[in-house]
Amino acid sequence: MKLIILEHYSQASEWAAKYIRNRIIQFNPGPEKYFTLGLPTGLPRDHPESYHSFMWNNFFKHIDIHPENAHILDGNAVDLQAECDAFEEKIKAAGGIELFVGGIGPDGHIAFNEPGSSLVSRTRVKTLAMDTILANARFFDGELTKVPTMALTVGVGTVMDAREVMILITGAHKAFALYKAIEEGVNHMWTVSAFQQHPRTVFVCDEDATLELKVKTVKYFKGLMLVHNKLVDPLYSIKEKETEKSQSSKKPYSD
Amino acid sequence: MRGEQGAAGARVLQFTNCRILRGGKLLREDLWVRGGRILDPEKLFFEERRVADERRDCGGRILAPGFIDVQINGGFGVDFSQATEDVGSGVALVARRILSHGVTSFCPTLVTSPPEVYHKVVPQIPVKSGGPHGAGVLGLHLEGPFISREKRGAHPEAHLRSFEADAFQDLLATYGPLDNVRIVTLAPELGRSHEVIRALTARGICVSLVADLRAAEDAVWSGATFITHLFNAMLPFHHRDPGIVGLLTSDRLPAGRCIFYGMIADGTHTNPAALRIAHRAHPQGLVLVTDAIPALGLGNGRHTLGQQEVEVDGLTAYVAGERPDPLGPRSQPACQVAHDPPRACPLCSQGTKTLSGSIAPMDVCVRHFLQATGCSMESALEAASLHPAQLLGLEKSKGTLDFGADADFVVLDDSLHVQATYISGELVWQADAARQ
Repeated sequence: MKLIILEHYSQASEWAAKYIRNRIIQFNPGPEKYFTLGLPTGLPRDHPESYHSFMWNNFFKHIDIHPENAHILDGNAVDLQAECDAFEEKIKAAGGIELFVGGIGPDGHIAFNEPGSSLVSRTRVKTLAMDTILANARFFDGELTKVPTMALTVGVGTVMDAREVMILITGAHKAFALYKAIEEGVNHMWTVSAFQQHPRTVFVCDEDATLELKVKTVKYFKGLMLVHNKLVDPLYSIKEKETEKSQSSKKPYSD
Repeated sequence: MRGEQGAAGARVLQFTNCRILRGGKLLREDLWVRGGRILDPEKLFFEERRVADERRDCGGRILAPGFIDVQINGGFGVDFSQATEDVGSGVALVARRILSHGVTSFCPTLVTSPPEVYHKVVPQIPVKSGGPHGAGVLGLHLEGPFISREKRGAHPEAHLRSFEADAFQDLLATYGPLDNVRIVTLAPELGRSHEVIRALTARGICVSLVADLRAAEDAVWSGATFITHLFNAMLPFHHRDPGIVGLLTSDRLPAGRCIFYGMIADGTHTNPAALRIAHRAHPQGLVLVTDAIPALGLGNGRHTLGQQEVEVDGLTAYVAGERPDPLGPRSQPACQVAHDPPRACPLCSQGTKTLSGSIAPMDVCVRHFLQATGCSMESALEAASLHPAQLLGLEKSKGTLDFGADADFVVLDDSLHVQATYISGELVWQADAARQ
């Protein structure tokens, strides 16, 4: 894994954004070649805090993606399991996920794969743990009774199939989960730990999230920042884009 | 043509690189339009899975709801209160010319006139949607003749009336059928005014008050919602007798009822400090109006306004008095009144000191209001768009850029100069520099 440690939330976000940008440019997507970005999903549509509204306001409306290429799990579907199976098919049809970007819960879950989820699970309906319901209460005016208790989610196995995984972890309240995810063993109680067995994982975090890690671990990875920062260097300026595109020789760094 | 979310096949326009006025804030958002209405892009994206058919780059400018002028007596030589054979073309001319001021809807105003004028003119000005031909007519504003003698301002005394005898029937006899009428300004201290106010409100006509009365509050209980040009043609505020100005902060109004008040922010009618006081006392109710007269857009000199003559000098218009004595200076002393502007005073040389309408276009009023009160740009823009729409109960479709509203908007630069005007999503006016 690559562990990228930045000072604050905003720097961590910026590093992650630049990394994704570079990956898309290197991939050189086209009409027949999709760069499939995976993101976790969940709440029912038509709710102001639904992932549809969230994704629209925070992502889709700022970019030029065609609506046909945006697939979100529909929590209002009549047959939820069929919706999940269809989603898995859509991923296959798009050529598999190139890069999955996700966060981590305080209980170490990835997407809504709560503690105890199978590490080879696929997209399915999950009942949410109390920790997650409490964390989501802020979107529902703090009223616990209003928070949905079930969600559709991609499985741990689904994410493991992605060619690359990036996990964003910021804040002291996630520190223990990060420790369990990378310094302890693979454990279905901390589902993010599954990615220790993935060939290409990037964990991007801020200083506060490293509070439970060994000093040795933090020092090692901070020492690598010089090399890791090369991954987010601009690949070429907009003007040179056309001429250099064919000559681009930068290969992704691998560990 | 204006169905829900626009006809599904209609073209989708996306205005990008702009700041839009929405929810009282200037947001960095794109404005989406379809079928003459503002479109919700999220629904378009997730439900219809469509992108825009055309994108227009707004160069970082401000997009605000089109201005609404609820008090305009004419302009460009057209006097709405003149009973001509072809009132329609006069209205059309004004409607087209005010597009360059950012006005997308207006209420042609008739000043105090004899009944014959109303009977001839009122039926010739129907409610009409705006478009490339000009701003939309929301309905007529009849200012007078049911106003008080003492505070008649520029309205000719000879034609003032009361409805003592037959209340609402008197009003109907004077005006004729009220189908095209949207606002009526009257004096609540006239006898039987409450019956009249209730009858008008029941017909969906907005009742506006002018002149002073402690019982203005009672008039509001009967249904009045507007004060025509606050401060002008009213007794000044007195701390033991606030008069109609006190209505702004009255605690005796029906709950939830917002009282609106017109302000002529042309730099002459109201001192900037007075503008600020009113704005701070009750910012939600402030409605910018031009009260423009036929001389709007023409030069200095004499022009008509209904049955009166007015003298125009710069941005000031006064009721015209006698012609000056060509043989020498008059023996009258210089005027005692300290007034704005400090240039050559028409009072001293000729004419009267009675202000008679204004000739500042709406966008000038908005800029002056912004500068005089130091309020936010959002406040100034809402005073010219959202508040008049709320006054007329049209805030779902006009005066706003919310989803589903009519796509009537103006493109402004950072100093609030109008660069382009749109009605129903169609470009109806553009500044010369912007034309390419």
